[in-house]
Amino acid sequence: MTDSKYFTTTKKGEIFELKAELNSDKKEKKKEAVKKVIASMTVGKDVSALFPDVVNCMQTDNLELKKLVYLYLMNYAKSQPDMAIMAVNTFVKDCEDPNPLIRALAVRTMGCIRVDKITEYLCEPLRKCLKDEDPYVRKTAAVCVAKLHDINAQLVEDQGFLDTLKDLISDSNPMVVANAVAALSEIAESHPNSNLLDLNPQTINKLLTALNECTEWGQIFILDCLANYTPRDDRESQSICERVTPRLSHANSAVVLSAVKVLMKFMEMLPKDLDYYGTLLKKLAPPLVTLLSAEPELQYVALRNINLIVQKRPEILKHEMKVFFVKYNDPIYVKLEKLDIMIRLASQANIAQVLAELKEYATEVDVDFVRKAVRAIGRCAIKVEQSAERCVSTLLDLIQTKVNYVVQEAIVVIKDIFRKYPNKYESVIATLCENLDSLDEPEARAAMIWIVGEYAERIDNADELLESFLEGFHDESTQVQLQLLTAIVKLFLKKPTETQELVQQVLSLATQDSDNPDLRDRGYIYWRLLSTDPVAAKEVVLAEKPLISEETDLIEPTLLDELICHIGTLASVYHKPPSAFVEGGRGVQHKRLPARAGSGESAESPDVGQAVSAVSDAPPAVIPSQGDLLGDLLNLDLAPPTSNVPPVPSSMQMGAMDLLGGGLDSLMGDESETSASHYRTEVQSPQPPECSERELGGDVGGSPAMGVSLGGAPVGMPAGLGAAPAVGGGLGDLFDLGGGVGVTAGSYIPPKTVWLPAMKAKGLEISGTFARRSGVIHMDLSFTNKAMSVMTDFAIQFNKNSFGLAPAGPLQVLTPLSPNQTVDVSLPLSTTGPVMKMEPLNNLQVAVKNNIDVFYFSCQYPISLLFVEDGKMDRQVFLATWKDIPSENEAQFQIKDCHLNSDAASNKLQGSNIFTVAKRTVDTQDMLYQSVKLTNGIWMLAELRIQTGNPNSTEWLDSRCRGVRNASAYILVYDICCVESFEYVKMIRQQIVDNREGSSSEVPILVVGSKRDLQRHRFTQRRAISVLVKKTWKCGYVECSAKYNWHVLLLFKELLGIAVARGLRQNHASIRLQGALQRNRCSVM
Amino acid sequence: MIGGLFIYNHKGEVLISRVYRDDIGRNAVDAFRVNVIHARQQVRSPVTNIARTSFFHVKRSNIWLAAVTKQNVNAAMVFEFLYKMCDVMTAYFGKISEENIKNNFVLIYELLDEILDFGYPQNSETGALKTFITQQGIKSQHHTKEEQSQITSQVTGQIGWRREGIKYRRNELFLDVLESVNLLMSPQGQVLSAHVSGRVVMKSYLSGMPECKFGMNDKIVIDKQGKGGTTDEAGKSELGGSSGKQSIAIDDCTFHQCVRLSKFDSERSISFIPPDGEYELMRYRTTKDIILPFRVIPLVREVGRTKLEVKVVIKSNFKPSLLAQKIEVRIPTPLNTSGVQVICMKGKAKYKASENAIVWKIKRMAGMKESQISAEIELLPTNDKKKWARPPISMNFEVPFAPSGLKVRYLKVFEPKLNYSDHDVIKWVRYIGRSGIYETRC
Repeated sequence: MTDSKYFTTTKKGEIFELKAELNSDKKEKKKEAVKKVIASMTVGKDVSALFPDVVNCMQTDNLELKKLVYLYLMNYAKSQPDMAIMAVNTFVKDCEDPNPLIRALAVRTMGCIRVDKITEYLCEPLRKCLKDEDPYVRKTAAVCVAKLHDINAQLVEDQGFLDTLKDLISDSNPMVVANAVAALSEIAESHPNSNLLDLNPQTINKLLTALNECTEWGQIFILDCLANYTPRDDRESQSICERVTPRLSHANSAVVLSAVKVLMKFMEMLPKDLDYYGTLLKKLAPPLVTLLSAEPELQYVALRNINLIVQKRPEILKHEMKVFFVKYNDPIYVKLEKLDIMIRLASQANIAQVLAELKEYATEVDVDFVRKAVRAIGRCAIKVEQSAERCVSTLLDLIQTKVNYVVQEAIVVIKDIFRKYPNKYESVIATLCENLDSLDEPEARAAMIWIVGEYAERIDNADELLESFLEGFHDESTQVQLQLLTAIVKLFLKKPTETQELVQQVLSLATQDSDNPDLRDRGYIYWRLLSTDPVAAKEVVLAEKPLISEETDLIEPTLLDELICHIGTLASVYHKPPSAFVEGGRGVQHKRLPARAGSGESAESPDVGQAVSAVSDAPPAVIPSQGDLLGDLLNLDLAPPTSNVPPVPSSMQMGAMDLLGGGLDSLMGDESETSASHYRTEVQSPQPPECSERELGGDVGGSPAMGVSLGGAPVGMPAGLGAAPAVGGGLGDLFDLGGGVGVTAGSYIPPKTVWLPAMKAKGLEISGTFARRSGVIHMDLSFTNKAMSVMTDFAIQFNKNSFGLAPAGPLQVLTPLSPNQTVDVSLPLSTTGPVMKMEPLNNLQVAVKNNIDVFYFSCQYPISLLFVEDGKMDRQVFLATWKDIPSENEAQFQIKDCHLNSDAASNKLQGSNIFTVAKRTVDTQDMLYQSVKLTNGIWMLAELRIQTGNPNSTEWLDSRCRGVRNASAYILVYDICCVESFEYVKMIRQQIVDNREGSSSEVPILVVGSKRDLQRHRFTQRRAISVLVKKTWKCGYVECSAKYNWHVLLLFKELLGIAVARGLRQNHASIRLQGALQRNRCSVM
Repeated sequence: MIGGLFIYNHKGEVLISRVYRDDIGRNAVDAFRVNVIHARQQVRSPVTNIARTSFFHVKRSNIWLAAVTKQNVNAAMVFEFLYKMCDVMTAYFGKISEENIKNNFVLIYELLDEILDFGYPQNSETGALKTFITQQGIKSQHHTKEEQSQITSQVTGQIGWRREGIKYRRNELFLDVLESVNLLMSPQGQVLSAHVSGRVVMKSYLSGMPECKFGMNDKIVIDKQGKGGTTDEAGKSELGGSSGKQSIAIDDCTFHQCVRLSKFDSERSISFIPPDGEYELMRYRTTKDIILPFRVIPLVREVGRTKLEVKVVIKSNFKPSLLAQKIEVRIPTPLNTSGVQVICMKGKAKYKASENAIVWKIKRMAGMKESQISAEIELLPTNDKKKWARPPISMNFEVPFAPSGLKVRYLKVFEPKLNYSDHDVIKWVRYIGRSGIYETRC
């Protein structure tokens, strides 16, 4: 039986043929036809037109055919709800079938059809199936309740299915129990407060019994559910642990990890002096080590989790260093994770071995890995003092290799070593200075400048060195500029006589020529310090630095505790709380470790706290750069810095930032004049009907100004946190809300984030968010007292900000705030306060006072807060204004992969006071014209173009190739040693041909085989390819070698030759050629 | 839970696409292709997050299997499921290839419908699945009522891996102890890390629902028995004590789901009702007292910038009466190698330019012997500043004993309902030790 033939039919009119075959009398022919339909569906063709014909085949006693028809139904029922009704009768009949397999199949499939009318008919059969005599049907029905809940939660509650489901936990069959638990857990996640999964000792006992008997998957469901339970006391906790430990020997790694999760969590409750506690710790190590012999993908998951476990309980794996040694053939992701854990486990006892390994790794091939290894050597030096000397000499050896990235990385870590052990290893400075010229990364340059400044008195030519850096001051990144400024001031304080000119030069560069506020402010501070009191300046600038801590990259303790509760899941792989990557209410509740009954864990936490605060005196890198933010909002994957970063989008991004920097800035200066900036947002959606709300959310947010300000990322988190979990693409959430609550519900309110951690404010924790309620802006604050004493006398003040936000009344915290108490306050805000432009634009600096001290923090408000209700512009005015907008105030954006029709988009946006002024349809495109008014009277106008694209031309929709459709010529390069690259070229050429208007012969395409120097390894003969390309594709063919610059010029000559030849035939050669030659029109991909 | 499952060929064309959850759209199919399959670079992580959608993938030959979700799923479970999916497909139609997948796409959809419901993995034991998911749809219609309920009770039941009523004329079972020795040795001959990961693979052809008990020379069990000091066992345990290495310390072991784990945890006895046919009973890992079958002694000398001299000696370290087989030593050479001359005492050696290595093969070698190879490697002068990374010398072999020292002590079979006893079962045991990652740095 060869079914692959079904994949090959592509001829026209096949739908009609299929229709005929589907209605054939012969059973075999029918079945063949359905197979063909399914094959087409798989590859993405639209075969929904065959709906009635396929449904007609449903009444069959052939189980295989029936399953195929059901598969079709699940896919297309939603788009053809009326026709889907035709299937109901068969479903209901099948639910009564004597064969349990068919009963289960029917109820399983019905649950997957998201059509209201079918759902209505599902209730009765489902009720019967939940009580079916056959366990197979019951276990299927249990999952079906979860499906139904996903479609219509209210219905499930009204029909009392939840109670029936709860009863199934006591079922005699273990698999039914497992599926019921899985379904209940999922439903409970969307009702965080309902006591749905009523976990009490009796149910726990039932679950533990079922655990021994059910399938591996069922064990996972049950263990994951157990992890949500909080035992009453340490005794219960111990008895559960005892019954869970045997799972550690299961062959399925997921079972093992879930068991580890339960144990790690319940262990919190056991007193540390208990014998059992020690036994448990010992039992945990071997299974964790065993996970490392699993397949690489699982190893990766395991390693990410071990990383968390090692931070939480280092004692478990402290003797197992060797198993984390990197193997030569490990995939890179496993290598990097192992390295991380090695450093965490490094101690005086094993440091010699670790160093020997790290030195070995530093000579490997993969750049990221080598860098990390070099960095790891530095971290060892800081962590284990005895090894510092050896580490430094190892680093020096590595610097001698002169491999550029190794040198740079080494210098960065040597800086840290200097800070940790001042006045100990300065002898190496000379070696470092030799490598000054090879440093091209900002971090390395900044580190080197810091070293020069710090040890200026020992470096004879420090002034020359710094002066050489100063020449290109404007081209440096901010990090380097700041460091350079400080270093020169240090130098001046140490050698005032010969460096006066230099210091003046840098101060004027920083204060006058720079528009970076940080740099400017620092420059002014130094200037005033130096001019008023040089002695004080010396005390400030050359003050003793606080020592840096031993552990870096630690996860913040509360986050770590939360992640421990998520062992085995995606959250533990990303090291982010689920709320950072899951939208909606699902699974976003914070999980907490249970409190220990007796002894205090508190002895550990201050240490960690210190570590974090010590790290945070480094310049905080938490605020994502605008580029990142835009990337986030657009859901584009801009993050990986690959070589093929598209030139087109990046230039657009620049435009967007320009606009923010200059455009709005100038607008704000002159408020009397109503001007407007204007965005054109283009939405291309490959398949219009399928609307995924979330995506559009992020996407439309991409209109630049909105994007940047809406995506208010949390600020004020300690820098030690590393990756700041984005609260979510601001507009993304905005759109979600529109769908869920209704359009008029008002603007989106982001969840509260912690603005001021207790650690930084003597025990006062402030979290908050902004909301716009009935036209008034509110700042919703939660004050939590985490200190030991009562807090009173609260007051609040804002710094000047971009939109003049100011408290409209005093802060009302009436009663004194006693320890561990939280109070919620809603503070109305006005927009009439003093105005000053902030960076970023939506930054708000706040001071809060209480009886203890004054605390400062900054936060960012979503710009949608400032969109006023009367922001709908008159049509005529809109038209007139639109024309008058100068082009420099205009930015264009393209959003890909967005599926939402214009009405839905417009409704959603209106919820946030973004109003649709007009709508127009051109060809297949919907154009929305929208207006927004800010509180300070500035208008923003936007054009939203929603394009229904051609689903086949996926490559073009990819932003990488944007604009290529208009190119004058193409060079397609492949690697002669790699078949896949040729396949890729083949595909691209096909798409060029498919997508260009007119015939392909119009566009010159030149296929180039590169790596000619590796002739020996080529995958096929030159002749074969050249014949294919020249004869069949009618394209030019050249082989070249970039390494030896062989035939490279020829290739461009050839290309021009083709272009000219084609042009001549059409009689406007010069124009065409000119077009191709203009440098700015030539985009290199 | 899993929102969708896609299978792609190496070009990124979709072969199978099954969506389980409403939050996963067709665009997810394209997102993975564009961002992972077509990303012309090494895979940096098996989990990718694109636009808040997480993709888990594994690759089998040139086929990509991807599971997609938007929720905080159990990541380990998803990967285990993907591997299981591969096993099931292999059991049904052999090698996972584009051709086979296209030929069996109807079957695959049927399987996916059965083993993954709303993203929750269900029973995926091939033994059970094969009873009711067959490639002939009509056949399943002829099941009698009893047969049907037997199927469902097996699929959902406690012993989901074995069906009732199996009969063999000859009750037979085969035990294979397969071990792979992993070693990382420094150039000076110091063991950096060594461990054995072993598997006990069982092929059972037994009638009825037999209850089995498996015993090996596990140190904990032997010590316990020794301490217990029962009079009749005294002689045995003394014997164990006198000959030194009679028991081995197992660091950790995992079992097939048929083994009663709670019983192992409390009594350390391995008892189970085996699946029919071949399966893996247990996996274990040992790190103490490993017999390293071979020792590799490398000597690399750089003679100027354009020449390398390599000498490698291998020594076999086991009983002279035993024979190691399929010995292969792989000596890496720099990328700029222009020519190689090899001389070896035994076997055949060849320079393979495409693999950048000298491959030295020896068919057989007895214990306590030694052999040597020397090679001169000529290099092209390059201006590449970067030093050659010197990958480790790796080795492959097969020996007829268990390097961990594991011995099977007994495997008892009880079937109370049928009339055959432990003595009637024909049992076969063999030990095979293979090289895992057996590397010596040079």
